[in-house]
Amino acid sequence: MTAMIDIADANKTFTMHLQGGIELPVVRGVTFQVNPGECVVLSGPSGAGKSSILKMIFGNYRCDSGRIGIRHRGALIDLASAEPRQVLNVRRATIGYVSQFLRAVPRVATIDVVAEPLIVNGMARADAQARAGELLHRLNIPERLWRLPPATFSGGEQQRVNIARGFISDLPILLLDEPTASLDAANRGVVVELIAEKKRRGVAVVAIVHDDEIRHLIADRIVDVASFAAAA
Amino acid sequence: MADPDLHENEEPLLVATSLSKSFGRIAACRDVSFALYPGEVLAIVGESGSGKSTLLQLLSGQLAASGGHVSYRMRDGVTRDLATLGEAERRFLFRTDWGFVHQDPAQGLRMAVSAGANVGERLMAVGWNHYGRIRDTASDWLTRVEIDVARIDDAPRTYSGGMRQRLQIARNLVTEPRLVFMDEPTGGLDVSVQARLLDLLRSLVAELHLAVIIVTHDLAVARLLSHRVMVMKGGRVIETGLTDQVLDDPREPYTQLLVSSILPP
Repeated sequence: MTAMIDIADANKTFTMHLQGGIELPVVRGVTFQVNPGECVVLSGPSGAGKSSILKMIFGNYRCDSGRIGIRHRGALIDLASAEPRQVLNVRRATIGYVSQFLRAVPRVATIDVVAEPLIVNGMARADAQARAGELLHRLNIPERLWRLPPATFSGGEQQRVNIARGFISDLPILLLDEPTASLDAANRGVVVELIAEKKRRGVAVVAIVHDDEIRHLIADRIVDVASFAAAA
Repeated sequence: MADPDLHENEEPLLVATSLSKSFGRIAACRDVSFALYPGEVLAIVGESGSGKSTLLQLLSGQLAASGGHVSYRMRDGVTRDLATLGEAERRFLFRTDWGFVHQDPAQGLRMAVSAGANVGERLMAVGWNHYGRIRDTASDWLTRVEIDVARIDDAPRTYSGGMRQRLQIARNLVTEPRLVFMDEPTGGLDVSVQARLLDLLRSLVAELHLAVIIVTHDLAVARLLSHRVMVMKGGRVIETGLTDQVLDDPREPYTQLLVSSILPP
């Protein structure tokens, strides 16, 4: 099978110039693959570099060395050395990322926050909003909130808006950073279902989840990030 | 920020090659090179005196470079060196395919003539002569920038700062330019007015597939509007990359200092 994500020997160190140039090693020798339809869960204690690895796969953190191979429109692209324009193209057509916190623009209505990734990819606004509505409905965000900007919502509501936005596109790779952290049991169940549906459609998923029960329900394979610990 | 509809084989719209500018012994801008593609928003950030406004003037052909050159792909598809354009050609470019949004709207507007005339003037400059159509298009644009059409006959000097800035944007966009230069477009506005303007700019840029070069010292503006940033210091570009990369994972000491100086929301 052809892997969707193929990471080889990726390294990341932060150099803190304002703190006298301290070197903060994050991860070393990160190597693993993710196939279509497979969910890999990154495990390891806080501070082991799990979120950093997700950010490296998304092209948000730059690698010092190594390869972040991403299958994009049938060809393998190395995000570690790609041009900014290529990274944007990969994000638009290939990689979805659900961060821990929603970063929304002031004044934009919830329904549009969720629909935006589809509109950017050329879907008509009405159709995109209809799909956004379905997802918000499934995630138990009441319709009376859809026209409001999410800035004033509770933490759990914001996270569900963020999940709806991340899940709305049919992208072949999905990165999830603690998607269930502040959700109640019913909504955690919805997220597990949504992830299962993505896997059935052949999406390659990389997730960080602390909840053991959720991890058992979604993971096909666990990658222990402690094995990439950077020797300080 | 929404990703633009980037086509992987598309040609750049504007290319800067080794641009430099000295004022006497002071090098305001040293060896700047980059390519800008259609629909791409590039932010130039840095403190006052870092050379970012000089660079914007060089890029828009308002200042002659001491070294290097800027080329631009015209609407007919031919790429021209800006330095070889005649004055008339350069002005035509500025009235049609380019926009320039100044920090101070008074520099980009005619303060004593009506809002409608401010917008209509750009249309007349490109040959529109049907009064009714000009007025309709002007009304349309006032609505798009959220100005009450009832104010169309008022002069911008009767407008608030935020309205003036939105009017300046309408005036610039009415001829459907492909490239807009912006010099601190939200500087000097109240925070609430700023948020509204940013939101408006963000949706117009995406809808119209505009390429934008925006100079700002406000990293939040860069994050919200731009795809790519160039960090300038002492006239040089010291760091460049995708906006979220540079702001979340800054490498240079000066960029780290800029990023760490933002107050948390």
